[in-house]
Amino acid sequence: MAAETGTETGTETSQVLGRSVERLEDPPLVTGDARFAGDINFPHQLHMRVVRSPHAHAEITSIDCRAAAALPGIFAVWTAADIPDIGPVDFRADRASENLKPYRQPVLAKGRVRYVGDPVVAVFAEDPYLAEDGAELVAVDYAELRVIVAADQEPGEFSPGLGTEAALLTHSFGDIEAAFAGAHKVIALDLLTGRHSGVPLETRGAIGRYDAANDILELHGAAKVIHRNKETLVAMLGCDPAQLHLHECHIGGGFGIRGELYPEDVLVLVAAKRLGRPVKWIEDRHEHLMCANQGREQRHLARIAVDKDGHILGIDDEIFHDQGGYVRTHGSNVANRTMCMLTGLYHVPAFRAVTHFRLTNKTPCATYRAPGRFESTFVREQLIDAVAAELNLDRVTVRRRNLIPASDFPYRLSFDEPHVGDLNFDSGDYALLLDKALTKFGWDDLQADLARRREGGEMVGTGIGMFLEEGGRGPSDGAKIAVDGAGGVEVITGGASLGQGFETAMAQICAAALGVGYKSIRVIHGQTDRIPYGIGAHATRATVLTGGAVHVTALKLRAKALDMAAELLQAPAEALEISDGTIRRRDDAAGATMTLAEVARRLAPGSKVLGGREPGLWAEGFFNPTDTVFPYGVHLAQVKVDPGTGGITVERFMVAYDVGRAVNPAMVEGQLVGGCLQGLGGALYEEFAYDENGQPLAVTLADYLLPTLGEAPEVEVLVTEDAPSPLNPLGIKSAGEGGINGVGAAIAGAVNEAISIPGAVRRLPITPQRIRDILRAAAGRTD
Amino acid sequence: MTRKHDITLTINGHDHAITVDARRTLADAIRDQCGQTGTHIGCEHGVCGSCTLLLDGVPVRSCLIFAVQCVGVAIRTVEGLAQGDELHPLQRSFIEHHALQCGFCTPGFLMLAVGILENEPNISDADLRAALSSNLCRCTGYANIVKAVRAAADELRAGP
Repeated sequence: MAAETGTETGTETSQVLGRSVERLEDPPLVTGDARFAGDINFPHQLHMRVVRSPHAHAEITSIDCRAAAALPGIFAVWTAADIPDIGPVDFRADRASENLKPYRQPVLAKGRVRYVGDPVVAVFAEDPYLAEDGAELVAVDYAELRVIVAADQEPGEFSPGLGTEAALLTHSFGDIEAAFAGAHKVIALDLLTGRHSGVPLETRGAIGRYDAANDILELHGAAKVIHRNKETLVAMLGCDPAQLHLHECHIGGGFGIRGELYPEDVLVLVAAKRLGRPVKWIEDRHEHLMCANQGREQRHLARIAVDKDGHILGIDDEIFHDQGGYVRTHGSNVANRTMCMLTGLYHVPAFRAVTHFRLTNKTPCATYRAPGRFESTFVREQLIDAVAAELNLDRVTVRRRNLIPASDFPYRLSFDEPHVGDLNFDSGDYALLLDKALTKFGWDDLQADLARRREGGEMVGTGIGMFLEEGGRGPSDGAKIAVDGAGGVEVITGGASLGQGFETAMAQICAAALGVGYKSIRVIHGQTDRIPYGIGAHATRATVLTGGAVHVTALKLRAKALDMAAELLQAPAEALEISDGTIRRRDDAAGATMTLAEVARRLAPGSKVLGGREPGLWAEGFFNPTDTVFPYGVHLAQVKVDPGTGGITVERFMVAYDVGRAVNPAMVEGQLVGGCLQGLGGALYEEFAYDENGQPLAVTLADYLLPTLGEAPEVEVLVTEDAPSPLNPLGIKSAGEGGINGVGAAIAGAVNEAISIPGAVRRLPITPQRIRDILRAAAGRTD
Repeated sequence: MTRKHDITLTINGHDHAITVDARRTLADAIRDQCGQTGTHIGCEHGVCGSCTLLLDGVPVRSCLIFAVQCVGVAIRTVEGLAQGDELHPLQRSFIEHHALQCGFCTPGFLMLAVGILENEPNISDADLRAALSSNLCRCTGYANIVKAVRAAADELRAGP
């Protein structure tokens, strides 16, 4: 079906899908005409500044706002007592979990603060500088409480009668006891993934505005899951859906953390309505590094049971998940995804994972690009490397022996727990991708070469991270497409653009199915007043789901156009084709033609040729996938360790990834390379560290170390299309998280080999200090 | 602290007469009082480089300098690169090389690159990488930014 789409609709259109065309998004972004949240202003707007907790855990004993309120230019100062009717930031509807509800975050702290950065007071002023002046005059007294800074330390009390272990979660299948009892070897590892986050270059921003004439409250600066956030806000604010609209503007990077609903989004809306003025809030970087969602921090006590040939018999894992101060919009989703994807692309007969889902007194956590999967891939691949080392087998051989074979697809993973959904791996040839990656990397020759370099005294090594991704989760998304009388095509979606090239991908899909040039297409996204539904852009859904809807809708529109044109051109619809917006007989290139613009005019309401047709050249369609898609990848790393400084240089890195079908190869490559560098950040540099009092130690970009060009290797990319998905009409599998997933695993394996100590790396990021600690301990030194 | 100063900023050849507190940063003044929002603010502590613009031809982080310090200085921002509908070679090169994703860091990178290439048209690859490493991008992994700047440098050197 995939091939048919391109070939049946003419030359121009057959070329647009699968080509690295220029992005529609770029012109305003290179000229400075783009509108990011900070660029949006409304007349008479107020500026909000949030007074935040300086303590990780404390009772609020008093708040004195008088001095702030008396400052000229300060319009209002709010504490929780000023908004008693506003509840905590709710979970998204599909994350509802009754037992987690007490752990939700209030919009302003009520009685107790639970992390440094917890919002306590909101100051509204005529000018952002004045708002900061006012915030400095707010006096809050605190009585400090016991601070919990790690999920594996003794749990405490969240509130009277409620413990900090919010849930004990289990995923399992097979007979785990028998697997371990009958094992040739059991290997145990104690592994930690550090606290990272997306840290987009644009901080968060939210502008609330109330349109009294139409009784509509507007939130500008919404992102990622705009329609779902609207649902949540409608419930929280108790308004009708028609009274609230969210508007996405340009978004300076998302990575999972931007666009979730946060306290500040609710505050600007409530304030805009009650203060009668638009309210603008732009987060500063210091706030961002204390308050926006973080993630990844887990400790895994993992064990693997194998037979004498290295076949996996079972994996057993006890996980301590650091959720931070509150449970945010995702509930326990990241912990659940960690467990269900842990066995990855290997055949594992028995599995058990138990997660201690625990609150600590640090910034709350949620999804960050490849949530739960960067973590579980690190754990799984370290276990595989440990098996190879223990049994004296080759790392590649152990992987090959355990990969799910291509002949087993579709492959179903069912869990014992009734509430945990099956995973149905749609298609794949994992061994084929591994072979292709190793060949392109020159793996075998490289091993010999590096062995020689090690003999010469260098610390160099290679590592492998194999992983599975999941994307395109339904249940449904829709699209509307309209052609106007001038031939302009507008695609209206409920998708979202975070910089990934959403508009271009949708335009390419529409162009191919309809038969028009992609540059003539306007793609609307993230506007709840234009379309009442939308899946947004998260968990690598957009291209699969919204793209599927655009494809289906464009074909409906095409059929409608050809039906009208058939009458006007006096030819059967089946004999017609559309190319570059012009309709003609497929078998008569020199014959009569008409444009889509003419068809649109002939279909206008009141047109004499309408007949019994619905007026208007437009269509609405839905795509309802039966299941998720599972792309997969192989990461290969080559590193060099400096024994003196502990510094690590990434000499080479390859991302091999089967994307099913690439809509725009350059954009796929861009996702993979950019994701890879973020992964290198998490593997080597980035870490939100806290001291024992819960004080954050990385609150500037000089402390939280994003990779610069200086650290960036030339990432080699191998994109394959060997396993298109049978679950959607274009075979697409999504690419957003394939660049980051396996980086921690591959780098850790490479470092272990470089320093010739199997299993030495227990913890990400692998900082120079940690390398030096490992090398000193191995040398028996304690200095 | 709140004494107001009447100043004139010269941005892309146009004069903007504004009144500012001494403490107002150049970035805020350009964006909020002169309406030129193409200069982006990413960190306000001089690390990310998103707010990079040119002062008398030299790349500067506009979050680290006050507006009152920039009187009589030629300020160039991303809005001044294109000549009408004709994009600057660097802007075109960024598009052609997929050197941007979300585009938030792009104006800062463009102004940094313009400054580098105007001051050192024959810059070596190693020096170019070192100079570009002063700005942060979170989307692209940098490879395409380097390619785009290198291609534009070659084009600019070859002349029109």
